[in-house]
Amino acid sequence: MNATREPLQRVQATGGKSRETSDSTGMRRSRAASAAAVRGGLILAAILVMGWLLILPLAVVIGEALKLGVRAYLDAIRSPETVAAMKLTALVVAVTLPVNVLFGLAAGWAIGKFRFPGRSVLVTLLDLPFAVSPVVAGMLFVFLYGRTGLFGPWLFDHNLKVIFAVPGVVLATLFVTLPFVAREVIPLMESAGNEEEEAARVLGAGFWPIFFRVTLPNVKWALLYGSLLAAARAVGEFGAVSVVSGHIRGETNTLPLHIEILYNEYQFQPAFAVASLLSLFAVISLALHVLLEKKRLTGTAKRGLA
Amino acid sequence: MTRSQGTPKSGFPAAARGASKAARPRVLPGFEAALGLTLAITGVLVLLPLSSLLVFAGRTGVPKLFATLHDERVLASLRLTLSTSLLAAVLASVSGLLVSWVLTRYEFPGRRLLDALVDLPFALPTSVAGIALTTLYAPSGLLGKRLAGLGVEVAYTPLGIVAALVFIGFPFAVRTIQPVLADLEPEVEESARSLGATPLQTFFRVLLPEILPALLTGFAMAFARGLGEYGSVVFIAGNVPMKTEIAPLLIMTKLEQYDYAGAAALATVLLLLSFALLFLINRLQGWAERLGRRGA
Repeated sequence: MNATREPLQRVQATGGKSRETSDSTGMRRSRAASAAAVRGGLILAAILVMGWLLILPLAVVIGEALKLGVRAYLDAIRSPETVAAMKLTALVVAVTLPVNVLFGLAAGWAIGKFRFPGRSVLVTLLDLPFAVSPVVAGMLFVFLYGRTGLFGPWLFDHNLKVIFAVPGVVLATLFVTLPFVAREVIPLMESAGNEEEEAARVLGAGFWPIFFRVTLPNVKWALLYGSLLAAARAVGEFGAVSVVSGHIRGETNTLPLHIEILYNEYQFQPAFAVASLLSLFAVISLALHVLLEKKRLTGTAKRGLA
Repeated sequence: MTRSQGTPKSGFPAAARGASKAARPRVLPGFEAALGLTLAITGVLVLLPLSSLLVFAGRTGVPKLFATLHDERVLASLRLTLSTSLLAAVLASVSGLLVSWVLTRYEFPGRRLLDALVDLPFALPTSVAGIALTTLYAPSGLLGKRLAGLGVEVAYTPLGIVAALVFIGFPFAVRTIQPVLADLEPEVEESARSLGATPLQTFFRVLLPEILPALLTGFAMAFARGLGEYGSVVFIAGNVPMKTEIAPLLIMTKLEQYDYAGAAALATVLLLLSFALLFLINRLQGWAERLGRRGA
């Protein structure tokens, strides 16, 4: 026990005694009543804060989306431009997610299972994309692959287009999503220790059997959780994609950009109809998050017992 | 996010384990390949783009780059971004403290639902949040109408920017404070109370010193996120130069006008600010970890 906590512990020990002798039952009852009032007041305040901050915006999305009826809602989400945006968003997720998983597992294996010089620098580097404004992230790719960028002339000569085209959208999304899987997987691979893997090695197992049958089962929930976060961000990324996409309808418009265009054209109901789809995706990912969190915690508890 | 990162670390003195491991030869295979892959992906996707800024700055010349910052519009956007992010981070921390207290200390129907909902701003695309908040606070909107009656305008004013940034920063505050509060035994507050401390005394003299590092970490995270935030803000801000134009939007505008030097200079300022905050957050987390270990 430390210096600052010690007096409190002593306080606790004597506190019980002093209450018995000095506190009258009336005082105790009034204190209990005031504690209940504080409790009720704080719970109410928290519910109001969250209702105001989080639930009202969600309610606005649903209300505005259905304002003109179910038919208008369905028309909005079935329009060719919305479908094209959905397809592009799905494509972006389909490319970024495997890269994120591959990167997260490689980084987890290297950083979680080994010590090497520069390890802590690498850990800091991995978090870097979180510290960069999405708009700045998009800008960096324009500086690399835009017409006047570092590789711009070369790309132009070879008739390749990155900026204002799908590859740019994918690259920008990769930049902003890259840390998600890695930062979930690394701490878990590290805290699991190397003993199980080393035992498998001694018994003659090669890399792949060790990885798939010992390591991966230990981190699978963290891997899924990180993938969920990465997918949610990939679906919703706006700032970085906005810089590199060029907003070409039917070609480089992801769902969040499509919402912006509809909204700026005063097509509020269709904008909110598309927004409601993304909100539904967000709510589903929150539910999955709760589920995965529970799985992960019970997984850790089991390992702790064994 | 932070919660999951904090838990496995705290129980193990990492330095001690590292030393014992370094003394042993590497038994496990695949280190070179895994590290190579990690470095290759980090290099192509993170380091190469970041270094393009350096190359660009070198080409333009640093003095010319900084000259673009001496512009009223640029300075106004930086002032606005800093002040709104700061105010929003304060508000997010205060409301985050209240919500994390209630979520960790009280049991009531719907608690788990509220707890899950805290992460909504992480999961909701920023453009969705942007149009929803704008509609909510617009003069004809659900809240905007009532606030207009009180003479308060939110949408298309700096106050609207703050509203959007509080939404974005709120989960950062809750998710950093919550685990620390959960680790503190309620007995500590109860004994302070039974010794006659008022609730305010208990809060300021017993609780606050324990949760201060977490509170500051959450604050710094919300602040850092606010500095770069774009999607949720552009709809509600109004985007009037000198008045409601945030720095990330001005970068966007400069890029659209092919003023790459101006965009690069402003981006450099934002990057330096966020790196400084990232460093501060790392230090704060170290402090919080030491405090947690001492208590355990």
